[in-house]
Amino acid sequence: MTDPVLATYGLTKRFGAVTACDGVNLDLRAGEIHAVIGPNGAGKTTLIQQICGTLSPDAGRIEFLGHDVTATGAQARARAGLARTFQISALAMDDTVLQNATLGALGARGGAFGMLRKALDDNNLRSVAMAALDRVGLADLATMRTAELSHGQRRQLEVAVALALAPRAFVMDEPMAGMGAEGSHRMTAFLDGLRAEAPILLVEHDMDAVFALADRLSVLVYGKIIATGTRDEIRADRAVRKAYLGEDA
Amino acid sequence: MSREGLINAALLAGLVAIPLWAWAGDEPFTITLATRVAILALAGVGLNIALGLGGLVSLGHAAFFGIGGYAMGILASHAQAYDPIMESPILIEGTKLMPVIWIIAIVAAALAAVVIGALSLRTSGVYFIMITLAFGQMFYFFSISWPAYGGEDGLSIYLRNDFPGLNTLDPIQFFAICMVLLLLALWFNARLAQSPFGLALGAARQAPRRVETVGLSPFRLRLVAFVISGAITGLAGALFADLNRFVSPAMFSWQTSGEIIVLIILGGVGRLCGPVAGAALFITLEHFLGELSEFWHIYLGLLLLAVVLFARGGIIGLLAGRAATHD
Amino acid sequence: MPPARIPGRRFVTIILFIEQVLNGIQFGVMLFLMAAGLTLVFGVMGLINLAHGSLYMVGAFAAAAVATATGSFLLAIAAALAAAAAAGAIVEIVVIRRLYARDHLDQVLATFALILIFSEGVRWIFGSFPLYLDIPAYLSGPVSLPGGIEYPRYRLALIGVGLSIAAGLFWLISRTRLGVRIRAGESDREMIAALGVDISRLYTVVFALGAALAGLAGALVGAIQSVQVGMGEPVLILAFVVIVIGGIGSIKGALIGSILVGLTDTLGGVLLPEVFRLFMDNSAASSTGAALASMLIYILMAVVLVWRPQGLFGGTA
Repeated sequence: MTDPVLATYGLTKRFGAVTACDGVNLDLRAGEIHAVIGPNGAGKTTLIQQICGTLSPDAGRIEFLGHDVTATGAQARARAGLARTFQISALAMDDTVLQNATLGALGARGGAFGMLRKALDDNNLRSVAMAALDRVGLADLATMRTAELSHGQRRQLEVAVALALAPRAFVMDEPMAGMGAEGSHRMTAFLDGLRAEAPILLVEHDMDAVFALADRLSVLVYGKIIATGTRDEIRADRAVRKAYLGEDA
Repeated sequence: MSREGLINAALLAGLVAIPLWAWAGDEPFTITLATRVAILALAGVGLNIALGLGGLVSLGHAAFFGIGGYAMGILASHAQAYDPIMESPILIEGTKLMPVIWIIAIVAAALAAVVIGALSLRTSGVYFIMITLAFGQMFYFFSISWPAYGGEDGLSIYLRNDFPGLNTLDPIQFFAICMVLLLLALWFNARLAQSPFGLALGAARQAPRRVETVGLSPFRLRLVAFVISGAITGLAGALFADLNRFVSPAMFSWQTSGEIIVLIILGGVGRLCGPVAGAALFITLEHFLGELSEFWHIYLGLLLLAVVLFARGGIIGLLAGRAATHD
Repeated sequence: MPPARIPGRRFVTIILFIEQVLNGIQFGVMLFLMAAGLTLVFGVMGLINLAHGSLYMVGAFAAAAVATATGSFLLAIAAALAAAAAAGAIVEIVVIRRLYARDHLDQVLATFALILIFSEGVRWIFGSFPLYLDIPAYLSGPVSLPGGIEYPRYRLALIGVGLSIAAGLFWLISRTRLGVRIRAGESDREMIAALGVDISRLYTVVFALGAALAGLAGALVGAIQSVQVGMGEPVLILAFVVIVIGGIGSIKGALIGSILVGLTDTLGGVLLPEVFRLFMDNSAASSTGAALASMLIYILMAVVLVWRPQGLFGGTA
């Protein structure tokens, strides 16, 4: 078996007396969607923050593409090809849709040093950005101000910015959050095709989407992973049924 | 051309036309007022790059304005006294040549901005405001207590510095110099805003987390913006000192920082020509209200309060409506 | 300690040093009165108030005017407290409360506008010439401290007043109902509003309290310096330095930051020229020393920033 693209070993984070992340071992393999599910307050956000480098773990190790990145900052991890989307959209609201996507393209290029040429006149940047918008279905809205996008469209733009980075792995925090049924469907179909390009670590509440997409699932409860496995394995897992349904083991 | 574009064109045309008309009518004082507008606007353009594009509320830009002023004062005073600034290890002489003075003013202000920026940008929000204000004050007290260049009394230059091929003592010619520099700075600002750097800087203002997750450093973007901003304000300081043929610690004072910010706000934050409109209004108010009342700052204060509380977009905002996206 | 060659001179130097330490503490506690109000207002309302220096000036002018009219120093101090608190309350109700929800840029500009209005208004009323506030007879002259140190009675009184007020503030914040509300206001506005506390009145009270402290500082310092327009802003900026060092919102940070800044500024001004005298001629040493001393507190601030960007006692920023 090939090495995982992204892996954590014994990742631990405490806030005072609360252990928000407790010895988490997790891996993301090429070509898969690995979903992390768990009840609210299970520590999913803490986990994502550590993986992406905005929070440093108290113990444990994170490897990305075979390198130990535990001590590397968020920006360096992004440059190495780890793309994150946010649960609450983090976009430049006064800028156009295209400008936001271009930001991703700038990140892929490795810097924003040009000061005198128009960013949008740069054909490389523009084509990368437009291609990303096209793939999420926002190409027609490229010149619209981001603040005028609907909630679901902002989620799509989040993904487009990540796409423009041409990443080696995605970490997506609830990409379906707040989307209607139809939008959720389309996003599911889109992510389904995306896994071949780069594997996705998906944190999501929408269980229909999760069970439709995930090759493997990990269940996080009180900072601990209580089970990892395929859909069927997770459905049958006693600990999971207990945590979710309160059934006796 | 957008409505804001038309307003900008009219504004700049007016700023050129009025001194030309005054020149024809032999009213040098009006030309001097227009020159002040151009120079203050240039200082404002500098600050606007940090404030408007980068969202960095610097209350210490007087530091750069003053450094530009003293760069001019020190170089010119040594030159007029035929007294080298330094003899060993290498000979450094003063100069009366404007382009050389400008370059030194820009470099000195930029260096100061690197240091102040690197320290202040470790923080944000209110801390950033207080720290920039404090560093500005540091230069103020240093200039007062450093006796070599006039201390509290400042430094006078007998003759305005030279520009090859021009008579800088002729008000209209000096105005032309300042106006050209202002136009260059505005051109640069406009290009910068649409450049990859400007795009990333603007995003760092609106969504810093996003900029980090595409692998760019908001800190570095802001620092570069702060340095460019300080350098332009430093150039304006050198011109301002040349206009008055005098530098003093007042250029470093917190009021100067406040006034540069105020003229941006009066004009409209983040608007390309906001500083021009603001500087024009500021000088007009100073001139006319100053004639009406010794206490014209009260009216300025009331006006500013009204703009902040009720007219957020400043003059250009009132005339042009909501800000267009930079596209 | 090895025997000094000129014992007398060394003795004098130590006395001078202790005097300067006292001066530094005196300067520090007066800064604390400014910084405490600023940091409270920021901690509770999230507002940066540039016009805090104007309230300092209002206090000083009110004191000078009342002292001239009545000859009573205590009445003058009472007037300073009342005038500054009243000015603070009015300004809060008319202008400041519109700014709480605004961004810091708007707060900076509006309070800068207030400085212009206050400064020119006071100049209009009192003119441009400085006023003087006399130290009352019972507080003037030196007092003998143990060790043969003669120290101005008034400055010693300032230290006493400043430290008592600091103690009073700690008591107020930690032991009284107002203090509970202030602390609650710092952490959770909606919650205390939901509990039925009149939040806008609380804000007015906190602002007026901060203003009164600033006015008191202005009056007390006005008696050893001159009372003039523009006297508040340099002190305001020093108080900002104090807050940056101490950490925003922390009264304890404000106190320790104030004393640090006071001592650094005072001792730096005396000691640095002496240090330079060791390897420079006299006049060069004085000017270089004085110029560097003027930068010392800002260097202190820079060091704290590098070491702890959120200030000594600030929470994680």
